Amino acid sequence: MITFKSDKMEKRSARRTREIVIPGDVLGNADEYKAGENAYELDGKIRANVIGTKTYTNDAVGVTVMGGFYMPVTGDTVIGIINDVGPSNWMLDINAPYPAPLHVSEVPWKVEFGDTSRFLTVGDVVLLKILMVDESKKIQVTMKDSGLRKIEGGQLVEISYSKISRVIGKSGSMIQMLKNMTDCRIFVGQNGRIWIDGDGENVDVAAEAIRIIERESRSANLTDRVREFIEKRLPQSEEDEEEDSE
Amino acid sequence: MVLVNEDGIRIDGRRIDEKRPIKIEAGVLKNADGSCYLEIGKNKVLCAVYGPRECKPRHLQDPTKAVVQVKYNMEAYSVTDRKRPGTDRRSVEISKLIAEALENVVQTELYPRASIDVYIEILQANAGTRCAGLTAASVALADAGIPMRDLVPAIACGKADGNVLLDLNKEEDNYGQADVPLAIVPSTDEIVLLQMDGNMTRAELDHGLDMAFAAAHEVYEVQRDALKRRYTEMSKKEGDSDE
Amino acid sequence: MSNYVTSQIKRDHLMNLLAEGRREDGRQLDEVRKITVETGIIESAEGSAKVSLGNTTVMAGIKIIPGAPYMDAPGDGVITTGAELIPLAHSTFEPGPPSEDAIELARVVDRGIRESGMIDVKKLCIKEGEEIWMVFIDIYALDYDGNLFDACNLAAVCALRSAKVPWKQYGKGEEDLPMPVTCLPISVTECKIGNDLIVDPNFDEEAIAAARLTVTTDDDGNFRAMQKGGRGSITRSDLSLCLDRAVEIGKQIRKIIG
Repeated sequence: MITFKSDKMEKRSARRTREIVIPGDVLGNADEYKAGENAYELDGKIRANVIGTKTYTNDAVGVTVMGGFYMPVTGDTVIGIINDVGPSNWMLDINAPYPAPLHVSEVPWKVEFGDTSRFLTVGDVVLLKILMVDESKKIQVTMKDSGLRKIEGGQLVEISYSKISRVIGKSGSMIQMLKNMTDCRIFVGQNGRIWIDGDGENVDVAAEAIRIIERESRSANLTDRVREFIEKRLPQSEEDEEEDSE
Repeated sequence: MVLVNEDGIRIDGRRIDEKRPIKIEAGVLKNADGSCYLEIGKNKVLCAVYGPRECKPRHLQDPTKAVVQVKYNMEAYSVTDRKRPGTDRRSVEISKLIAEALENVVQTELYPRASIDVYIEILQANAGTRCAGLTAASVALADAGIPMRDLVPAIACGKADGNVLLDLNKEEDNYGQADVPLAIVPSTDEIVLLQMDGNMTRAELDHGLDMAFAAAHEVYEVQRDALKRRYTEMSKKEGDSDE
Repeated sequence: MSNYVTSQIKRDHLMNLLAEGRREDGRQLDEVRKITVETGIIESAEGSAKVSLGNTTVMAGIKIIPGAPYMDAPGDGVITTGAELIPLAHSTFEPGPPSEDAIELARVVDRGIRESGMIDVKKLCIKEGEEIWMVFIDIYALDYDGNLFDACNLAAVCALRSAKVPWKQYGKGEEDLPMPVTCLPISVTECKIGNDLIVDPNFDEEAIAAARLTVTTDDDGNFRAMQKGGRGSITRSDLSLCLDRAVEIGKQIRKIIG
């Protein structure tokens, strides 16, 4: 969990410190704290098991990962790329350690056995929902939900999945600003893939703005900087701008 | 050849309990999920980690945990006599031992059926490359954000000219009497890699291992420092503004 | 390259940019990425060079040992080039013996060096008919973002240029001598995407390209080697453009590497 400035004023319980910890580092004593996320207890000490920043949550101490990789969670919406087609399913790359099969029963069309590639084929890009992840990390995905579909045109931007929450912003403020100012349709996948569609120049600007958010994800006045950047690149967009602040 | 002189000084000027200068840098490659460059003495090692990702070949998949696959490779120009490129029996054995040492600390149970692939390239070799490779590999794994309970520092001890030595160089390895590579888990002092060839008494071996354990903890500090530097820099670039 | 799929969206995006004469990284169609060269980093090698072309990085090392000459060239040194696409460099590279891509790569680099006469092999003779110097060029990809042909060519050329022939070390002479270099063969690789030819393609561009052409020139701007790759075709006028660019860009690169 990432702590925003305003969150602290609201006295949220998670506190992310600046201290960078390495696997094996001692985070605290076990009689004071429980082992939180990405931490374990050994001989009375709580230790980190991943690289990141030391984070306190209630009575536990753990680690907020920096970087890392996307692990699918049931209910996530993600963007997948089809990399194989079978007679009754498609195989998708969802930017995770595991490929995700999409069964013909989970698409909004009636597909005959062996007729799969008429609907979706290798290289196609699809908005998906993670239907289930079982204990052995077997994944099922679905296209049967509102808004899920094959997408075409526009640009596909890939960023570190750990920065996705910054692109969305507090209660969606950042993404709303991006959409309003660039007049683009933007779909943010939890797996670090973002699809942007709109008029040529505007899409480029939105894509670049997202890169700025990824690069400077923790800087003080990120929203203002992104707004300034878009204003400079798309001067006419000011009239569309909404009052937004972090 | 005199490997240790009367004053206990070795041909490269080191004392018998002194390791070679070591330098570690994390996150040096763009494509890899995690990477590390390491120099110890004249050894130069590059390591990349990819994964967790789909395990190939499939028959190696384990339904209960991820497999750690290591490929240790000496580049053709890394040694005085050109090494023929490709896998040989020595590199297969080293790869296996390094993989087993790493599986001990990586939380493989979190990623059933997946593979974590570790590639170790020896750019220049001067004795002690398996220790250098393993030391670099655990840094690259941490850099990839892979959950693991600790890093794995490694260093060798051995014997030359009748002296028990720390961290043998090429001449000491070639003309000495024993070589003992060791890797440990610093938080518990468990041994996760140990080999020996040569001839040592019990007292010599105990003495050598004492030096190697102490040195491994020093190597561990260099590993930690490399990762901290890399992530502090990243964090600065992101404009760390919390607090 | 196994199992890599370019999304249709990416493909369309790159094509749309090219239709406007643009590339995703902002380069001109005939613009080469930033080149950096570091030599002499591997002391166990007689010569070495690490070369970066944008985000593509390769390392070349030279080993030189005495050996027997070929019967048909009793007074000539022997040059052997190998390239390895090791899995450290990219998720699509697999362990194992050199793939056909790696073999083609090594042979194209080798041809440029051999056909340009970059190395005066007569000067690599120790005793005619009995002993000559064998020069091994081994190139490893370390980070792959397209255009290994030019990166490997540059690395091999820079490593060779920095190499010392170990006359003294092997007791064959009074002192080690510099590699007898006569000229610098420089390759320029282009990819054909749609109707456009782009110089120094990156990974994404290579992945959607139909054809590839590598042209190697010498110091005088004469052509010394060529290789067309990929399943697609190029036209006569494409070739003409590539030849012109190879000369022009070859000059620029020679200036950069000095």
